[in-house]
Amino acid sequence: MADLTANLAGIESPNPFWLASGPPTNTGDQVARAFEAGWGGAVWKTIGEPIENTWSRYSSVDLNGNRMMGLNNIELITDRPLDVNLQEIREVKRRYPGHAVVVSAMVESKREAWHTIVKQIEDTGADGVELNFGCPHGMSERGMGSAIGQVPEYCSQITEWAKEVAETPVIVKLTPNITDIRTASRAAKAGGADAISLINTINSITGVDLDTLTPRPAVGTRSSHGGYCGPAVKPIALNMVAAIAGDPGTAEIPISGIGGVTTWRDAAEFILLGATNVQVCTAVMHYGFRIVEGLIDGLGNYLDGKGLGCVADLRAKSVDQVTDWQHLDLNYIIKAEIDQDKCIGCALCYIACNDGAHQAIGAKRSDEGRTDVWIKYDDCVGCNLCSLVCPVEECITMVEQDTEYRPLTWAEVEDGADPSGLAPRPKHDLTIGG
Amino acid sequence: MKPASNGKYQALEPPPPLTSSEGLAEANRCLMCWDAPCTRACPTHIDVPRFIKQIATDDLLGSARTILSANILGASCARVCPTEVLCEGACVLHDLHERPIEIGRLQGLATDPVVFGGDPIFVPGPDTGFRIAIVGAGPAGLSCAAELTRLGHSAVILDAADIPGGLNTHGVAEYKMRPDTSLAEVEWVLSHGGELRSGVRVGTDITIDALLEEHDAVFIGTGLARSAPLGIPGEDLAGVEAALDFIANLKARPREEAALEGERVAVIGAGNTAIDAATQSVRLGADKVFLVFRRAPEHMRAYDHEIEKALLDGVELVAQAVPVSITGQGAVGGLTLQRTELGAPGRDGRPAVKALDGTEFHLDVTRVVRATGQVGYHDFYAAVPDVELDGAGRVVVDERFRTGNVRIWAGGDCVNGGKEVVNAVEHGKQAARDIDATLHGVALPSGGD
Repeated sequence: MADLTANLAGIESPNPFWLASGPPTNTGDQVARAFEAGWGGAVWKTIGEPIENTWSRYSSVDLNGNRMMGLNNIELITDRPLDVNLQEIREVKRRYPGHAVVVSAMVESKREAWHTIVKQIEDTGADGVELNFGCPHGMSERGMGSAIGQVPEYCSQITEWAKEVAETPVIVKLTPNITDIRTASRAAKAGGADAISLINTINSITGVDLDTLTPRPAVGTRSSHGGYCGPAVKPIALNMVAAIAGDPGTAEIPISGIGGVTTWRDAAEFILLGATNVQVCTAVMHYGFRIVEGLIDGLGNYLDGKGLGCVADLRAKSVDQVTDWQHLDLNYIIKAEIDQDKCIGCALCYIACNDGAHQAIGAKRSDEGRTDVWIKYDDCVGCNLCSLVCPVEECITMVEQDTEYRPLTWAEVEDGADPSGLAPRPKHDLTIGG
Repeated sequence: MKPASNGKYQALEPPPPLTSSEGLAEANRCLMCWDAPCTRACPTHIDVPRFIKQIATDDLLGSARTILSANILGASCARVCPTEVLCEGACVLHDLHERPIEIGRLQGLATDPVVFGGDPIFVPGPDTGFRIAIVGAGPAGLSCAAELTRLGHSAVILDAADIPGGLNTHGVAEYKMRPDTSLAEVEWVLSHGGELRSGVRVGTDITIDALLEEHDAVFIGTGLARSAPLGIPGEDLAGVEAALDFIANLKARPREEAALEGERVAVIGAGNTAIDAATQSVRLGADKVFLVFRRAPEHMRAYDHEIEKALLDGVELVAQAVPVSITGQGAVGGLTLQRTELGAPGRDGRPAVKALDGTEFHLDVTRVVRATGQVGYHDFYAAVPDVELDGAGRVVVDERFRTGNVRIWAGGDCVNGGKEVVNAVEHGKQAARDIDATLHGVALPSGGD
């Protein structure tokens, strides 16, 4: 099997699967059991001045009967005494020297406080420090967490302070609650960060109890916005990882990808878009440490199937394929094709296209009592929607069309290329009510 | 409980309703087809994707309203509909080689809380002052009464039986639905309005002319009479019964009295009622149950899934056999049959039957149940002016359920010769809408099922 070892800014681990800082890494007992289960590394739940938590802390979003498509939390950093955490970190690292033990930290924005905590962490033998500039709830009200990550100057400044004393790699964890993630990643790099991890959670209210009228999670009759994570946030995280990986200002900085990683496929996608390793939290909160077995096995089989010898060979392979819209080929023509042998007649493609897209699918009842559907070829803009809603595997496929038009982008048209080089588009001049 | 031939235990009771979490999981499997085949397959055209989506989004009351506004007997139809050949049979998931959505049980989940103990689902329309008499408190009559009430008319149902509900109460196999379920539903339907007069036989206790005089319109939903005698020696012996009487008697008595332990039953017929009588007999402990019919198994009129159920119950098919006499002293002691030969197909596409002399054989049975089809109430209809029966004894109506008498509508089994509850419900509903349009002097576009 392919070599799964990973090296993030000098921190080595037997595989690229780390536990993210959070409830699964709250205690030495949990981290030890996670390493026994096969996790390659763990980022200890953020230490600092211990806090008091509310009792009710998590809430989730279910989708069509599937639980916890998204998870929200209002839990703060560790509520355990600093010396207990440091002692357990030391013990875990002693017992598992081959695994990556990184410690997340958050203290008040004073140079001395950061110097102190970094030294205390490194004294345990831990492999690195993660600066928590991402937590968007509670701690941010106290001027920490995302209150730092949202201000590039603070981000640089505190990273500098940590780097002044750090002897191990310093990872800066970013908040996604910001307009352009690249301002934060550039600031972290400017402050000397050895690596970046992202995303932390997204500001959220998951819902409102329609009987009590209290938003979730209900803390008595009140609630507060929390941080959203889990499968729902993966697309947002992937975009931000890709944005940093493709940014010339930060292209070389190692990235630890976080955000909804549940399966090996998710991990492979983060790595393809520039991550060196991934961190997992929600999936473990849902299914436990055992899921790492599937992550290891699946990624290894995938690399073997692709003929790649190690995880690093996969890294950033898709980064160059992410571009600005203006550089996309406007003459890449695809159209939908329906495999009538596979069609079950649900007509979701028809109603989706007709009501929700571009009116390019016809439908009518057949003599046998089923619904026949067909593509109105000249009207199809190739938007993909029908293939997305079709419940039958490979029934609707998007087929590339031969064209005499050579590839042409909007950027080229803006630069003076002849617009007549654009292949003609389907017209949608339907009569209202017709 | 009794072990069937496949080693599984066959239930005497209806299956338990879905729990809400089972219902949620099942509802979420629905693809929500456009122009959904399940809705098209439903004689009452319940908007199935809509009611299922409402279950999935925790709007059970809205779901019940969707169902009951199309089919006021949605709760009993959830139990007695042959969903395998209607909505669930049309489900597109079959083509994905997946289990179809359990539409019938989802319908029960949504409607049960409303129909069994809940409030009325609609408010009667503004009073029109019109009064309509309904003959028969079976599914067609109840549906007609509910729809008329909804449209603001006052409906009076006259029912010959002491207990209302028609075949829904008296004629449904016990393992599908119990009489108290049907009665609770009747009570709920009438909670919307409408008056029920039980034990009143139109034609005897009150004339049809008197009804026409006192009301603005009449809807007839009498159902069918019991099947005609076989016309063979021995039919007067104790233990010979029409299938619907057999089922009704079983349902009317306590389970201990209805038990058939030690009995050997021959059911004559190959339709769904014959199957009901046969499977019900097995479930009540009969030692042996035969299903006797004239043609070959492939000509049976019963649904395939019902035949399969009978075979799983251990019912023995005696094909190509015709009864010639019932033997016994005072009570049934046996059944003598002749083999048949099948000839060329007749007008209905089924082969002609010829009994063969000299092929007599004997079945050792203690009960003979006749399920050879129901007939029309010829005597009753002879007294109804301008209402005609066809050759099969069915009331002749047009597509709006109008009879030859401009003030009389008809629907249900008396019109279609005996179909499902859901067909009768649709007849009653459509007839009510046409009665409403006619009384208001508004013509409806032609239609109906």
